[in-house]
Amino acid sequence: MPLITTLANASARGYGGLRAAAAPAFDSDFESIATVTVGSGGTTSVSFTSIASTWKHLQIRWIARENTGSVSTPDENIRIRFNSDTGSNYSIHRLNGNGSTVYADGYANQSDVVATGFSGNGATASIYGGGVIDILDYGNTNIYKTIRSLSGVDQNGSGSVWFNSGNWRDTSAITSIELRESTNGFKQYSQFALYGIKG
Amino acid sequence: MAAGMTYFPIATATTSGSISTTTFSSISGAYTDLVLIVNGGASTAVNMQIQFNGDTGTNYSRTALTLDNLTAVSSRQSSVAYTRLEDGGYLSTTFPAKNSIINIMNYSNTTTYKTAIGRANNAGTGLDAAVGLWRSTSAINSITVYIASGNFTNGTTLTLYGIAAA
Repeated sequence: MPLITTLANASARGYGGLRAAAAPAFDSDFESIATVTVGSGGTTSVSFTSIASTWKHLQIRWIARENTGSVSTPDENIRIRFNSDTGSNYSIHRLNGNGSTVYADGYANQSDVVATGFSGNGATASIYGGGVIDILDYGNTNIYKTIRSLSGVDQNGSGSVWFNSGNWRDTSAITSIELRESTNGFKQYSQFALYGIKG
Repeated sequence: MAAGMTYFPIATATTSGSISTTTFSSISGAYTDLVLIVNGGASTAVNMQIQFNGDTGTNYSRTALTLDNLTAVSSRQSSVAYTRLEDGGYLSTTFPAKNSIINIMNYSNTTTYKTAIGRANNAGTGLDAAVGLWRSTSAINSITVYIASGNFTNGTTLTLYGIAAA
């Protein structure tokens, strides 16, 4: 159980000015479905399969870094496909801040959607980008599927933060998700955790 | 795939009196990510700053994408003594105009530096998306949230959640 302390200023410590409450564990509508931690040697893709339609939304929380190559930029992409669809049925829009410039782009008829903002293998060791991807109403068989993500990495001197959105033009319920970095792969200790959110 | 329950409130602090710093300490490594949600204001317009494990060294950095009133800008701080995931969405004297959601990713691993991703909003001043880095491979066991001037407005809430992965 964490202890919460407060400081009225830099030199005075006090306990009376703050109410701290630690709530007990309770039934959650946010459930862990599966987690993949990349092992020694890295991998070029991670897949979640046989995803039930139990939940209303899905969320993927991740950290990642490229496994090979010498690129040190903070703008690598996680490429995402649903239900093994390799067709040009995806579109994306991105909004980025790189520490000095605001940048935006968009692409139609892509073969995947992306979450952007992790380090190449040439960046300072131990730096991994991270992010949160929401896949909205993934089990709905009447609508195309929309994702959004907030992600990025700071590399102490360079860095990038990204808002991405994407669309998969398919009304099928999403039952599988593939996350790829097919050129340089994901490095050991990269982690992808899939959660379901009840409606 | 089997599923388990995972999103737990660890602790909530509600400020009252002259409070400028709140520390969540003795955080266990039981979770995968932490989420810190702050709602409130301050006695002066000020940004909220964060340190981990009591580290006051210049081991932090950040990159931000900010809507400052009506202007979109991006900024960076490197080798500073805190990380800060807001510029446009700062604490203001209008209460409770500001909220922040800060994701502290994979906080307990002892292999990687720690990355935090945050969103901050202030209806009167702007908003941010920002990423912060703490250049340490230590597991995070305490989080200090502080403002450099003034105090949090009474009733400001800081809630720390833990998300446990399968």
